[in-house]
Amino acid sequence: MATESDLSCSGLVRRFGNNAAVDHVSLDVPAGTFFSILGPSGCGKTTLLRLLAGFDKPDEGDIFIRGHRMNEVPPNKRPVNMVFQHLALFPTMSVGDNIGYGLKRKKVPAAERRKRIARVLEQVGLPELENRDPQELSGGQRQRVALARCLVLEPTLLLLDEPLGALDLKLREQMKIELKHLQKQFGTTFVYITHDQSEAMVMSDQVAVMKNGRFEQVAPPEELYRQPATPFVAGFVGDNNRLAGTVVSVADDVAAVRLSDGAVVRGRVASAGLAPGAQAELYIRPESLSFSQTAAGGGSSSLQTRVRTTLFDGANSRVEAESNGQALFARLPQDGTAPALTPDGHLELSWDPDLARVFGASPQ
Amino acid sequence: MNRWLPRTYLTLVYLLLYVPIVVLVVFSFNDSRTGYEWGGLSLRWYEALLNNRAMVQAMWNSLWLALSAATVSTLIGALTALALHRYRFRGKKVLNGMLFVVMMSPEIVLAISLLALFLLVGLQLGYVSLLLAHVTFCLPFVVITVMARLSGFDERLPEAARDLGANDFTMTRTVLIPVIMPALLAGWLLGFTLSLDDVVVSTFVSGPSYEILPLRIYSMVRVGLKPEVNALGTLLLVFSLVMLILSQWILLRSKR
Repeated sequence: MATESDLSCSGLVRRFGNNAAVDHVSLDVPAGTFFSILGPSGCGKTTLLRLLAGFDKPDEGDIFIRGHRMNEVPPNKRPVNMVFQHLALFPTMSVGDNIGYGLKRKKVPAAERRKRIARVLEQVGLPELENRDPQELSGGQRQRVALARCLVLEPTLLLLDEPLGALDLKLREQMKIELKHLQKQFGTTFVYITHDQSEAMVMSDQVAVMKNGRFEQVAPPEELYRQPATPFVAGFVGDNNRLAGTVVSVADDVAAVRLSDGAVVRGRVASAGLAPGAQAELYIRPESLSFSQTAAGGGSSSLQTRVRTTLFDGANSRVEAESNGQALFARLPQDGTAPALTPDGHLELSWDPDLARVFGASPQ
Repeated sequence: MNRWLPRTYLTLVYLLLYVPIVVLVVFSFNDSRTGYEWGGLSLRWYEALLNNRAMVQAMWNSLWLALSAATVSTLIGALTALALHRYRFRGKKVLNGMLFVVMMSPEIVLAISLLALFLLVGLQLGYVSLLLAHVTFCLPFVVITVMARLSGFDERLPEAARDLGANDFTMTRTVLIPVIMPALLAGWLLGFTLSLDDVVVSTFVSGPSYEILPLRIYSMVRVGLKPEVNALGTLLLVFSLVMLILSQWILLRSKR
């Protein structure tokens, strides 16, 4: 990448006892990007963030911010600020004093401080709220105060620890978009951790999927979605259907997999060393499945299923079908092209093998 | 009927609580020499009180003792509470339990053991022995008050302060102390009142060089109730009320 990295880590390790919460993680975040670390709870993402903020020290590896090694630098001396999961606004201070806290530590004169507080409040859409108590504000407003408190210091790097977790669904959707806009507006590099794949997908330029202390894949959201590198990523990012079986043949990067009931399905090979006879898993997205009446025919792969039920959810409506005891979800288009489905009725689902991905079976 | 029952009950409870105090205040302005006859309005007992040099001295002694005992126990107690809250160490549970032992054990036991200790180490009974004793029995109350406040303390606040550029000292000054301030004030006030009206422990550990008010009053009423005591009681009441209002005012102001 041409631009200089704002954050660069190599071989970071943090152990607690025998367990490595962060296990040889390397990452590189170019200036001005929105970088998310996505993983289930307990995957080590919070530990990683605390290493970056300086609240914890790595056992191995180095942290560089704009080329300066940060390992020994205490948190109050790092050009890094953090938005905490529960925001951690100071309850004994007004909104203005909260935002001015960092400026005061930097010995910015009072007049200049007031000006910058007013400006940043304007920028986050909360003008004239300096004198209010944080407790009097709504969840979304407090969120913005926590952001403003960091952004006013113009940090090189802003760390965000699942800050949207405490908000209700509607507000969260709104804040996702707003955060993305704010990041573009300020041009600050964001490192955002979350367990919510939709947050990561919507906001990020790059997403790292983390599992058991390691990065499984680092890629832009769309690549993560369309070309997951591992079965874990395929299952964790977005909805996916998983079919397990045995590889019968591999030709032109397309593998044919025989399921336990004898049906053969096909998909693009996604992991190396997939030979006939190997255990494999095929992943196919609900929206890639089409109903046979509308299928494109040709080289498509298909599966006979039985309808269990339909789940209406607006644009996200799905049908739940089963094949040999395995549940499969397919998106039901809401433009009138969906066939009439009756429970227990027969349904043939088909797909373009290029859209399905076949991995060697994961060890568990 | 149903409406009146709770009201009557409440009225009775409050009468029981406040009638003795009202009687004391009224009789402090009584011109009569005996404590149970009304002889007209007068300030003579206040005058007698202020002219009683030993009494005034005892009052100052008590105030000074209560101030210093409350302050010392608040300082030690707050640090103890912080240590118990923040760190995990061997014997933490034992230390925590021992606080309650001091609080729950009969005062007389504490008094006797303190006296025995002071005699053993050869400490002259007086201000120092009183201060040590009072700090001892005030301490658990301060620790428990501050710990209760700390239990609701967001552990991320100190980290947020450090993240925004504060060192440990600045963090403590600007974030930790303001948050626990109400508990510090409450603990201090609790200590102050406990110390001011303590009789049992003080009886054992005070010496002739440092006479304090509760003991002085106690020795006065032993030979019969003097109206001077009513005047003294009224003054103490006013003083406590002022302190109470002051503390509430400070608390209200710190919340805004």
